Amino acid sequence: MNFYVRRVSFYLVTLWAAISLNFLLPRLLPGDPAAIMLGKLRRANGGRPLSEETIRTITSILGAEKGTSLWDQYLAYWGRLLHGDLGVSSTRYPASVAELIGAALPWTVILVGVATILSFVLGIAAGAWVGWRRGTWVDHLVPATTFLQSVPYFWLALVLVAVLAVQLGLLPIFGGYDVFEFPAGPEWSWAFVGSAVVHAILPAATIVISSVGGWLLGMRNMMVQTMSEDYVVTAEAKGLTPRRIRSRYAGRNAAIPSLAGFGIALGFVVAGSIVTEQVFSYPGIGKLMIQAVQGLDYALMQGVFLVITLTVLAANFLMELVYGFIDPRVRHRG
Amino acid sequence: MTGQPVLTARDVSIEYQVEPPVKAVQEVSLTLHRGEILGLAGESGCGKTTLAYGLNRLLKAPALQTSGEIVFHDRGGADIDVVGLSGESLRRYRWDKVSMVFQGSMNSLNPVMSVRAQLDDVFRTHRPGMGRAERVRRSAELLGLVGVDPSRLTAFPHELSGGMRQRVMIAMALALDPQVMIMDEPTTALDVVVQRGIIREIMRLRERLGFAVIFITHDLPLLIEISDRIAVMLEGRIVELGDAERIYRRPEHDYTKRLLASFPSLRGDRGGFVRRREEQEGASA
Repeated sequence: MNFYVRRVSFYLVTLWAAISLNFLLPRLLPGDPAAIMLGKLRRANGGRPLSEETIRTITSILGAEKGTSLWDQYLAYWGRLLHGDLGVSSTRYPASVAELIGAALPWTVILVGVATILSFVLGIAAGAWVGWRRGTWVDHLVPATTFLQSVPYFWLALVLVAVLAVQLGLLPIFGGYDVFEFPAGPEWSWAFVGSAVVHAILPAATIVISSVGGWLLGMRNMMVQTMSEDYVVTAEAKGLTPRRIRSRYAGRNAAIPSLAGFGIALGFVVAGSIVTEQVFSYPGIGKLMIQAVQGLDYALMQGVFLVITLTVLAANFLMELVYGFIDPRVRHRG
Repeated sequence: MTGQPVLTARDVSIEYQVEPPVKAVQEVSLTLHRGEILGLAGESGCGKTTLAYGLNRLLKAPALQTSGEIVFHDRGGADIDVVGLSGESLRRYRWDKVSMVFQGSMNSLNPVMSVRAQLDDVFRTHRPGMGRAERVRRSAELLGLVGVDPSRLTAFPHELSGGMRQRVMIAMALALDPQVMIMDEPTTALDVVVQRGIIREIMRLRERLGFAVIFITHDLPLLIEISDRIAVMLEGRIVELGDAERIYRRPEHDYTKRLLASFPSLRGDRGGFVRRREEQEGASA
């Protein structure tokens, strides 16, 4: 129990540090992001003066509140954050940052999350199998998947689009759903879910194809190494069934290092697919971030960075809990 | 009970098929009798462990048994051709008839499974009829038998000392009441005090449960103390096989003499371990 309390408090401190850094960074930037942002907003508003409320939000998020101490700014920043107020976007004026992120996040989390998990499960299962049967023809799977991994994934995405979507017309070319069929945006209906799934196939395939080789190779090597461990020979001498030895003795121990890698991969679910989303014009966080950076939309950028930080932390936290469950040796340390 | 053979090996040769091939075990013939302790001594690399693995069919490529037969004489009187076993029949034979305690006591237990789960595994696989409560009861009983507190059932291997891990391994080897236990340097990694405790435990259990032991070590004085008979191995061959007493008093092969001479006496002079009859008589007079 103590282990979990220690971990939770560690992550709370890290969370606090990450959010505080997010507060400090724009204030340390040369120039005046808040002034630039207010100027952009004013232009987006058609030259009319902005509301008092908007100005206060922007200055408390991006800094440069005249006459207030850094400490007061810090408190105001936390106050806004806890209310979920991340400011107003200049590129998509007058939509609020929270709204934009809220709309984009599920797309990315579902697409990249499912693809990452799929890739991991496939890679680990295949790696365990290839390692178990090393020296047979299945060894050829290793160079084949490594080759697929070495192909730049944005190029792979373009090839997939060119062949499967443009030439053969099997799958849609871009977007997260059919914008002509659902002009009002996302809705809860089977037709919409179906459309979203069909649109997700190509980007998900890109992610899986380009990452499964790494999992496979890592798992295969660990499996080969674990199979020469004394406890596997003991298990064999104990007359256990090959299936039991493969799963409980060799596989479980071999998967532990990969699991740590999986934690890191999960953390990058939100941030790691910018190019894929761009190629497929997928309405996720990656596309939002590119928009924000191109339009110097500081409020949106900061909001996206905050969300990315939070996901990395959350994924690590989750994996550490799972890790402690799988490997009893870490439960008692630090 | 003694006198009847329980395991017979005849002309067993094992080769590591590398370039050039290594003949690790050459035409070894052994008979293990019920309830006896057969010591297998020899220097590192003489083929002791390879032979032990061969007896339980645990050899992996590039090691291969090139000739010879191994027969297990079951309690009921049936003879089992060990070399002919494969797949499911081999799996059933292992641990149930012949169990092993390995050299690397530190790594013989799976680090991510509790002691109970690893003992449980044996019962689940070999005694599918046993209920859960029965399995737990038996596991606790086994730990008690080797002098480990049964409350340690829930412990993981990293929470146990080296000596305790080896005791757990011995408990596991006893689980199915085997007729033969092969112990491959079971105490090498332990300090002498713990080593003595464990050896005593093995001797006590053997008297109580009546299994035969093949005890492999390079520690010849230890073997002389505990075994009924001793086989001395050199470069894959058994060069001398006889009663422990006889090997100690009148070693015949040069290598056995050298082996005995390499252990110091209590006074520390080299070769002092080999006692000469006249010297002993002189001391007792």
